[in-house]
Amino acid sequence: MSGSRAPGPAGRWEPVIGLEVHVQLATASKAFSGSATEFGAPPNSLTDPTVLGLPGCLPVFNRRALDMALLLGMAVGARVRLRSRFARKHYFYPDLPKGYQISQYDEPLCEGGSIEVALPGGAPRAVRLMRIHLEEDAGKNTHVPGGAVSHVDLNRAGVPLIEVVSEPDIFSAAEAAAYMRELRLLCRWLDISGGDMEKGQLRCDANVSLRPRGSSELGTRTELKNINSFRFVEAAIEHEIARQAAILDGGGQVVQETRLWDSDAGVSHSMRSKEEAMDYRYFPDPDLPPLEIDPALLDSIQASLPPLPAEVRARLSAIAGLTEEDVQFLAGDRERAVYFAQVAGTPHAKPIANWLLAEPELVARAPVARMIELAELAAGGTISATAAKKVAAEMVKSDEAPRAIVERLGLAQVSDEGAIRAMAEEIVAAHPAQAESYRAGKQTLIGFFVGQLMKRSGGKANPQMARSILEALLGGSGK
Amino acid sequence: MSAPLHYLPAVQIARMVRERTVSAREVTQAHLDRIAAVDGRLGAFRHIDAEGALRRAGEIDGALAAGSSPGPLAGVPVALKDILVTRGMPTTAGSRILEGWIPPYDATVVERLRGAGAVLLGKLNMDEFAMGSSNESSAYHPCRNPWDLDRVPGGSSGGSAAAVAAGLCAGSLGTDTGGSIRQPASLCGVVGLKPTYGRVSRYGVIAFASSLDQVGPLARTVADAALLLEVIAGFDPRDSTSIDEASPRFAAALGGDLRGLTIGRPRELELPGVDPEVASEVDRALATLVDLGASVREVSLPHVQHSLATYYLIAPAEASSNLARYDGVRYGARAAAPGQSLLEMYCRTRGAGFGPEVKRRIMLGTFALRSGYYDAYYLKAQKVRALIARDYQRALAEVDLIASPTSPTAAFRLGERSSDPLAMYLADVFTLSCNLAGLPGISVPCGQTGAGLPVGLQLCGRPLDEATLIRAASAFEAASGPVRHPPEANLTGGAA
Repeated sequence: MSGSRAPGPAGRWEPVIGLEVHVQLATASKAFSGSATEFGAPPNSLTDPTVLGLPGCLPVFNRRALDMALLLGMAVGARVRLRSRFARKHYFYPDLPKGYQISQYDEPLCEGGSIEVALPGGAPRAVRLMRIHLEEDAGKNTHVPGGAVSHVDLNRAGVPLIEVVSEPDIFSAAEAAAYMRELRLLCRWLDISGGDMEKGQLRCDANVSLRPRGSSELGTRTELKNINSFRFVEAAIEHEIARQAAILDGGGQVVQETRLWDSDAGVSHSMRSKEEAMDYRYFPDPDLPPLEIDPALLDSIQASLPPLPAEVRARLSAIAGLTEEDVQFLAGDRERAVYFAQVAGTPHAKPIANWLLAEPELVARAPVARMIELAELAAGGTISATAAKKVAAEMVKSDEAPRAIVERLGLAQVSDEGAIRAMAEEIVAAHPAQAESYRAGKQTLIGFFVGQLMKRSGGKANPQMARSILEALLGGSGK
Repeated sequence: MSAPLHYLPAVQIARMVRERTVSAREVTQAHLDRIAAVDGRLGAFRHIDAEGALRRAGEIDGALAAGSSPGPLAGVPVALKDILVTRGMPTTAGSRILEGWIPPYDATVVERLRGAGAVLLGKLNMDEFAMGSSNESSAYHPCRNPWDLDRVPGGSSGGSAAAVAAGLCAGSLGTDTGGSIRQPASLCGVVGLKPTYGRVSRYGVIAFASSLDQVGPLARTVADAALLLEVIAGFDPRDSTSIDEASPRFAAALGGDLRGLTIGRPRELELPGVDPEVASEVDRALATLVDLGASVREVSLPHVQHSLATYYLIAPAEASSNLARYDGVRYGARAAAPGQSLLEMYCRTRGAGFGPEVKRRIMLGTFALRSGYYDAYYLKAQKVRALIARDYQRALAEVDLIASPTSPTAAFRLGERSSDPLAMYLADVFTLSCNLAGLPGISVPCGQTGAGLPVGLQLCGRPLDEATLIRAASAFEAASGPVRHPPEANLTGGAA
């Protein structure tokens, strides 16, 4: 472990957190059958005999899900098993059509690897991963309020998931949230998942325990389930840390159990104790042969990996003028990062970063060449910084070159000394009282005169020129 | 006098229908009449689709009249073990828990039969979820042995064997997890072939033990079994355990002598429980094979003695998992009074829907897969299974086939073993090692006991070498004289 650890609110206790994150893979069809995967389709419309668990149906693995899982595995530097296995995990629930979930157990696809997390102002730190394995999703039960009826929708059943399990290597709720953001970023970066928690594309269970600061042993942990929105990751874990700290501070013992987070009430409830833990009766699925991976596939996936967020952030941090916020923003989306990479080495990097921050849609709307053109217009004094911002905003809306926009909106900067001097003389004449105050030493009034001139010129006057002409004109105690 | 239509071999029916010397409708009607006359006593059918069969027969006649070819099974009346999923036709696997379920899809083998021009007469009785060796665990009604109605037809494909033996269909499909095709074929005096694991698609076959289950044909002649196998075998992308091999022309293996063929007799299968009459018929059969040019030598399968124990860990473990889906939520029968909670609904549905043998195996399997016991039971059984498979591999490097009785005894009486599950399990002692090793096996009739009950010879071969099974079995069949049918008096109640 290296880098920073943010001290948490738990006083003399150090929280130790491990996250189990389910990621829905963005395949077109399900993990083991041909039904489509979509969000929001009419209930039970995305089913087939295999999804429904009809007698006699069999699973056939969707290799696209494998490609996607391997992309993430290789991006986090995990070891990939060339021969892994699907196992059946048994439990009874109406949303689980076969009475078992096809998952992986003692021979998962990937082991090891790490994900980089950084807290604001802190250095990045690698959170180690235990494993990444493939499995299928269950359906969804809806309990009709007040009624004795529950509805089952199997559209989600059989959608491919990967479960990304971290080591107990996270030491604060804020770090857990940072880990989740980074994992989401990776999934989107690699285009393997929408990563939208509200749509259930990313789901987080947290194992939380506390130990005395300085201790290296793990305390008794609880598993926190149902953290179903990004907003709640930090709050839910923070709440659990505080709950355990209160127990320990009072001399009590934490009970090993599974707890359900209630986001409405902002509290968690005990779901089942260790004694009630389920026996899933795992065994290798006899319907599916071992998952064999051709080393050539790994080579081709490795070769197809784009530069990853951590690498991009490191590169951007070295660019003069970019703030930490700029770097996070520019590396927060792969398309944006690729876009920005084209100007990263040029003197225009900073202004373009600023325009992108204000207008993120520019990435999709404006070719890089036009951004460079805009930067040159601004740098050459053809337009003011304010006008450049206007042009950037306009470029999102219209498919025009910056120069055309400058012309159409009449934003070209007036640098004609005579014209500016004429306007300056008029303004000074029109505001004798302010001119007097200025001359008497109230130099801050220069801003007022520049403002008046800019207004008169419709924002087009070269502000530096306007200022120096006004200063000369007002004379007196001017610099 | 020529044989009645209901005892014509499938190969001959297909030829006559194609040549239009008989219509598919006539053949179908003859079999439907036979079912109407006999099945009340026999109990082989679970569901008869007379209307669908006649409609299909009419289509085949129409196609022939129009000059198109309806396929190699043109007009052949076939019936299916009720474990094979059939679109629009009830499918129960012999269980109450699937009562009323009408599948929305066809098993691959059913699709292939339909595509080859077969006329599907209906669904055949079986032990519940294929768990049994007597057909007595059927949740609906027992099936009887056409050679002696007081005796069992064997199981679990009891209906498939009895229906073929009694001329209710020209051929049938069964499934074999531990002997469920071969043992009833032996007890009913017909040919039954279990193909290599992966040779025939399991898509649409209601799972008992997925790593052991295999679909295969039952017929009165080896040639008919070969024809049916040819139609149903071959790669299916919908079954991940399907072997990527096209179905060979098995008919090419028919006929010819057995010169150069070596048959092994495993020392370890000289078991004390074998009925002396069965043993002597099998000895005579081996002598016949030698007369046909084969040589016989002893081989050793040292781990095969553990087959039964191994099988009864693996099969129930997989079954306990495969049968988890019958929960009353989506299809099949839900308990009439499902109670107040989800758990109660599950317990009542499964409590009422499964019979005692199925419950016994679910419990055995659930126990074997418990966390902490997996290594000692399921995993160890898998290791022994690998040793058994290696024994066979070594033996089959020296010999082409391995011979044994199919069943240690001829058909036993209904009720005789129903209170003693262990005695029932012993009925499969010769057959289930073949399943554990994934090898093809065939049972071919080889004489009768003094009481007139059929005895079966089992031949087991190399992976994907069904052709050698067919070659040896057909030569033996030819040397054994004409096909024998059960006493007509048993079947129709009238004079023979």
